[in-house]
Amino acid sequence: MGEYTVQEIYSIVVMQSFSGVSLMCIYVLMGLGLYIVFGQMGVINMAHAEFLVLGSYTMCLFSQFVTESMPSLANYYIVLAIPLSFGVAFFVGYMVEWALISRLYKRPLDTLLATWGLSLVMQQCFRTFIGSRETSAVLPEWLLGAWYVTDSIAIPISGLVLMVLTAALTTGLVVYMTKTRMGLRMRATTQNREMTGALGINTKMTDRMSFGIACGISGIAGAFFTTMASTSPTAGSNYIVDSFLVLVVGGLGSLAGLFISGAFLALLSSILEFFMSGSIAKVFLYLIIFIVLTKFTKGLFSDKVRT
Amino acid sequence: MNTPLKHSESGFAKLMYDRLFKDKEGVITFLILAVLLLVILPFTLSDFRLNLTGKYLCYAFVAIGLVMCWGHAGILSLGQGMFFGAGGYCMAMFLKLEASAPENTAIQTTPGIPDFMDWNQVTELPWFWELFKSLPMTICLIIVVPAVLAYVMSVFYFKGRVSGVVFAILTQSMVAAMWYFIVGNQGYFGGINGITDLRTILGWDIRNPESQRILYFVCVVLLLLTVLLSRYVLATRLGRVLVAQRDKETRVRFSGYNITSFKVFIFCLAAVISSIGGALFSLQVGFMSPNLIGIQPSIDMVIFTAVGGRESILGAVFGALLVNAARTGLSEAYPTLWVFLYGFAFIGIVLFLPKGLASIYQTYIRPRIFKSSNAQASPTEVTEASATFEQELPDAK
Repeated sequence: MGEYTVQEIYSIVVMQSFSGVSLMCIYVLMGLGLYIVFGQMGVINMAHAEFLVLGSYTMCLFSQFVTESMPSLANYYIVLAIPLSFGVAFFVGYMVEWALISRLYKRPLDTLLATWGLSLVMQQCFRTFIGSRETSAVLPEWLLGAWYVTDSIAIPISGLVLMVLTAALTTGLVVYMTKTRMGLRMRATTQNREMTGALGINTKMTDRMSFGIACGISGIAGAFFTTMASTSPTAGSNYIVDSFLVLVVGGLGSLAGLFISGAFLALLSSILEFFMSGSIAKVFLYLIIFIVLTKFTKGLFSDKVRT
Repeated sequence: MNTPLKHSESGFAKLMYDRLFKDKEGVITFLILAVLLLVILPFTLSDFRLNLTGKYLCYAFVAIGLVMCWGHAGILSLGQGMFFGAGGYCMAMFLKLEASAPENTAIQTTPGIPDFMDWNQVTELPWFWELFKSLPMTICLIIVVPAVLAYVMSVFYFKGRVSGVVFAILTQSMVAAMWYFIVGNQGYFGGINGITDLRTILGWDIRNPESQRILYFVCVVLLLLTVLLSRYVLATRLGRVLVAQRDKETRVRFSGYNITSFKVFIFCLAAVISSIGGALFSLQVGFMSPNLIGIQPSIDMVIFTAVGGRESILGAVFGALLVNAARTGLSEAYPTLWVFLYGFAFIGIVLFLPKGLASIYQTYIRPRIFKSSNAQASPTEVTEASATFEQELPDAK
């Protein structure tokens, strides 16, 4: 301790907490799409991680396309890439709901099996049509830089963008769900499908939109993950367990719970990874979650009881 | 004097007959399976293919476990690989110790310990490996370890009435934890490479075709015994309570049953059966690695069960055989096409044949062969009827 000045310790604390908050944002982004699909609609989407990867691939391919054909735009393509990955994931999600999920609302556990089949097919599609090698996006210069708040505090720009994006997506989702007509229909449909249908609301359309939007949000999250890791057809397997756990720990159907469990997992995994190697840290992370959930079987925050 | 005794004897025989086979159909289907596995396959397949079949049959153990805990009790576990691996690793550790006797490992820095420990600078045998020096102890552990794991995993959650979905996700996270644990402990469990190069059991070489043939028959006999055991368990009152709580949990609770202990029991039993499958897998294949028991293989095991029919024990056995045979056959010739086919076939089965291939048998083949037994409604038909009845009721949420 003696070698550090108060100023330096202060900088370390600031930068560490910043990276902690970034990690929390990653967990939240992973869980956000699932929060709608699983927490609200009750569909267990095992292909969720593949929608994240779909967003990542959209971003990668689009960035390569832009840098090859119009290099002048290379610095700003991200503004277009994020809506594009939303669009692609939304479209695929919309079609999947129409073809597959809409037939399974009465059998929630079977959605788990069917979407696992879907995830196999999607992985193979990535492998066949895009290639099995790892790819990464060509990132614009400004995103890789850092913002020097003082001489000793450097905040990475990508982390800032991540936070802004998480905040924007969450706010957008809350506004959509509570303030708009579509959001109202969505909440009504997830609470009681028959009754909502009886009131003259097109529940099929609403379900399709909700599922599409959830997949679109996962697409955006995935697009952003390309700034941190490269993408491969099986990259989804790194996300799938974590994204379900963050939701289950928070309590299904609670957005506040999602943030708190994101913070909890971020804190826990940074502490564990400080003391031990990566894979053993994962073991302890899962075991601690397991023990916590034996005490709170409905998650830390749950606003409704599901049977 | 003799009559009551004789009567009770025949009563017992009748009870066993009822529980194990239920009727003539049960006897015939069981005999078909036994003849197929014990006579037809060994005489028609080459040694190599027979060994592969033995390997698939190890997965059939897991599938039978899943029929009990998923099909009949409604507990979907995505973590059966963990129990399969527990048995597999116990057996592999025993075989590895035998394969690394001091005279075989003389070139190592520390002779007498498994080769991967030597590579990872572990200089003496860890204490828990000592247990695997004796075969009886190993067999005990093959049964005790998965039972304890399954008990600890399930008891708190079933007491806390966690929903089936959350439990499925937790089992998946536990199998992921186990995968990371094995990969992270390279010096103790061989890491990502697994435990390889298993040679003998009690001095008897397990690698030559002759002994693999014998191991195949051991595997088949154990499988047939497991089929009978699980039929027995499901035919008792315990099995009926499990089906009842799957369909209407609160109603069974209000009838005064402590559901938790029923669920924990069936989950542990399924775990032990999977573990026996895993142990036989190590014996027949000659190695065990974390990639055989991770998230993906665990879900594959659920797929075998779903394809065969989640409520039919024999269906699950055939499901495991069929899917694995198709995988070996097609993935060699068309690796890309195979994954598409596998994925789409699985989606199709979930959508259109929720009870798996067994439902084809139930609806088309069975009525033609066993006309007499058709008069009674079969249990599946009853549950189907109650399911449709339930859908007509307004949502009770």
